[in-house]
Amino acid sequence: MSNVNERIAAMTKEHDVVLFMKGSKLFPQCGFSSRAVAILDHTGVEFETVDVLQDMEIREGIKAYSDWPTIPQLYVDGEFVGGSDIMMEMFEAGELQQMLEGKKAATSES
Amino acid sequence: MPMAGDDIVAMIKAAIPDAEVELTDLAGDNDHWAAVVTSAEFEGMPRVKQHQKVYAALGGRMGVELHALQLTTKCPA
Repeated sequence: MSNVNERIAAMTKEHDVVLFMKGSKLFPQCGFSSRAVAILDHTGVEFETVDVLQDMEIREGIKAYSDWPTIPQLYVDGEFVGGSDIMMEMFEAGELQQMLEGKKAATSES
Repeated sequence: MPMAGDDIVAMIKAAIPDAEVELTDLAGDNDHWAAVVTSAEFEGMPRVKQHQKVYAALGGRMGVELHALQLTTKCPA
């Protein structure tokens, strides 16, 4: 395994729910990333984000890691779940909520 | 450079012959597309695999020339 794969694997294992995205939770830099954050916010789960724009190695490496050509990418329990379209389909079907059930709820900051 | 809608449909159909492709130009700029792809080949496949199959049909152009494709995959009813 190459170094970048190890780094990505470590990130997906460190947190139950990780979103690799363009920009940050507060300032998504692309519509698809923004949609992915909105969906996760709706589930009320605690999630970590990784801004791929800050790390070229991750930005390219993540595509090979998951065999998936686009960002955002959601990982739950170290497993690749999909991009924003799959997240939306799963959310509408209630499957995403089911998958995230039992995960730590986000702490309200307001 | 953006990818023409006809090319997107043709590439998907070339790789998935029974596919029905419904393509919508989301922003009217020939660059932001929504596609609904229906094929019997998706039967029993996890969603990630279904989408990967469509991306594979686009031969590596997804995420490069083809910047934005909102994708929905379905099995025929």
